[in-house]
Amino acid sequence: MKRIRRWGPGLLLVSPSIVLIAVFVYGLIGWNIKVSLSNWRQAQPSSGYAGLRAYRDLFHDPAWTLDLRHILIFTVVFIVGTLFVGWSLAFLLDKGVKGEGFFRAVYLFPMAVSFIASGIVWRWLMNPAPGDRETGLNAVFDHAGLHFLANQWYLGQNWGMAAMAMPAIWALSGYIMALFLAGFRGVPEELREAARMDGASEYRVYRHVVFPHLRPVTLSALIILGHISIKVFDLIVAVGGKQLITQVPAVYMWIQIYDAQDYAKGAAIATLLLIGISVLIIPYLVFTVRSERNA
Amino acid sequence: MTSVSQAPPIVASAPLPKPRRRRVPSVGMKYVLLLIFAVIILTPVYVLLVTSFKGVVETDAAHAWSLPHLWSVDAWRQAWTQLSPNMKNSFELVIPATLLSTILGSLNGFVLSKWRFPGADLVFTFFLFGMFIPYQAVMIPLTQLFTRIHFPSGIPSLIFAHVIYGIPITALIFRNYYATIPDELMEAARMDRAGMFRTFWSVVLPISMPAFVVALIWQFTSIWNDFLFAVFIITDPSQWPVTVALNNTTGSLVTPYNLQMSAALLASAPTLVVYILLGRYFMRGLMAGALKG
Repeated sequence: MKRIRRWGPGLLLVSPSIVLIAVFVYGLIGWNIKVSLSNWRQAQPSSGYAGLRAYRDLFHDPAWTLDLRHILIFTVVFIVGTLFVGWSLAFLLDKGVKGEGFFRAVYLFPMAVSFIASGIVWRWLMNPAPGDRETGLNAVFDHAGLHFLANQWYLGQNWGMAAMAMPAIWALSGYIMALFLAGFRGVPEELREAARMDGASEYRVYRHVVFPHLRPVTLSALIILGHISIKVFDLIVAVGGKQLITQVPAVYMWIQIYDAQDYAKGAAIATLLLIGISVLIIPYLVFTVRSERNA
Repeated sequence: MTSVSQAPPIVASAPLPKPRRRRVPSVGMKYVLLLIFAVIILTPVYVLLVTSFKGVVETDAAHAWSLPHLWSVDAWRQAWTQLSPNMKNSFELVIPATLLSTILGSLNGFVLSKWRFPGADLVFTFFLFGMFIPYQAVMIPLTQLFTRIHFPSGIPSLIFAHVIYGIPITALIFRNYYATIPDELMEAARMDRAGMFRTFWSVVLPISMPAFVVALIWQFTSIWNDFLFAVFIITDPSQWPVTVALNNTTGSLVTPYNLQMSAALLASAPTLVVYILLGRYFMRGLMAGALKG
């Protein structure tokens, strides 16, 4: 009884949030799954049960196959690119350089800008239009006499999504830099010093002392980038709009709701997105909270 | 890594195989690389600024990258005319949503770290999942629910959504921060038989400033920049926040580049100003988002 008096008020204070999360996250997820199993395929709501029909339709839909291909290419290029740039920046800043604050601020600033706004300038930079409508990077290549480098960018037939990853790499490299920088600096200086005393070259200090310490950070970075990538929406809308050539699952869901008004199919896409994210996030959450408790 | 740091001292005199000497970049090289990266990252800003001050005639291929010959604020004036009602909407959305979710976050974070109840970690994990979900997975039911319960449409419903879906991240920011407060401080308050609210009010709140700054900046930036919730929830164009209006004005290919760029800069100005003034707190919010401070 005394113990309840001790923690009771805390539980009471958090309970409105618990209820809100229970209803608006978990409850609505359940409702969305129910919609995906219904026959609500037009503007007028309908709650008749249709089983997995919407999912089956989706997998027979060539646009969906294309979406999956797009998101796969985007994810690979985005993750590899962002990890590479973010890691490199952290590595360069690791030992402390003059003006570190300035560099960090510059690298991180894209995080403060919405993809809707930065997408506009990236659309200009990656504009494939030729001749007097030419802008951006293609104009640079042409002025530099490198005509062969000018290309279709995000409108390229097969690999356009690789170009689409560029703005995303630009936006998130600073974030990954911050993560890795914290990782680098988290290596105790005594460990590095001890290795140097043993005659290890600076390269070997990194190779054998610092890099192994970065594994947990790398895993976090992978998971964070992975879940951002699966959900990517604003960037695609801002740069490519609703075109099929840059369409990804999150955009297709939006099209299903607003243009096709096929709610069951839209809900099915949303459910699949959620499953994709959960596979990544749930083990990560369980692992993080558990290791924190053991610490 | 332990093999390097634990070399037994006796072996030191024995001839060691000469380590392959591979170079770590020199300081000069580092600066060159850092500067190149900085230039690349700032290139879009150059394009935005330069193009936004050009007249329409200068936005063609021949002048694509050059400075404007005639500096003109026409595009800015036009962007302001088109977007100012939506800027106002964004402020009316962001200010209450940010304040409410931050206050809620401080209460939740306090309880989840310093006034814990059995199962507090479970509740926290249960919250955190809500931070990572693709919001598409709640969007159809959410809009349905708003209609069914006749929730005031437009900005109020968007405020409500941002407050609810901001619960996880704000709880995380405050919980991480409060975890650094020594438990003895809580014990001292308990000795004085202070209740939960008094402890929060007179012990915890006065030292919470840094966490408030981080949470406020974080929520301000992400709610201002949100497009997904707004595009699904707000159906009336006069209620659109600036992101949706921006996408709508610049989405069409007939909009001249100078207007597109000035509109993009205008819509980003508030978050950029906050970033320039308070950037270091922004970074802390980011690190909280990675779960580990």
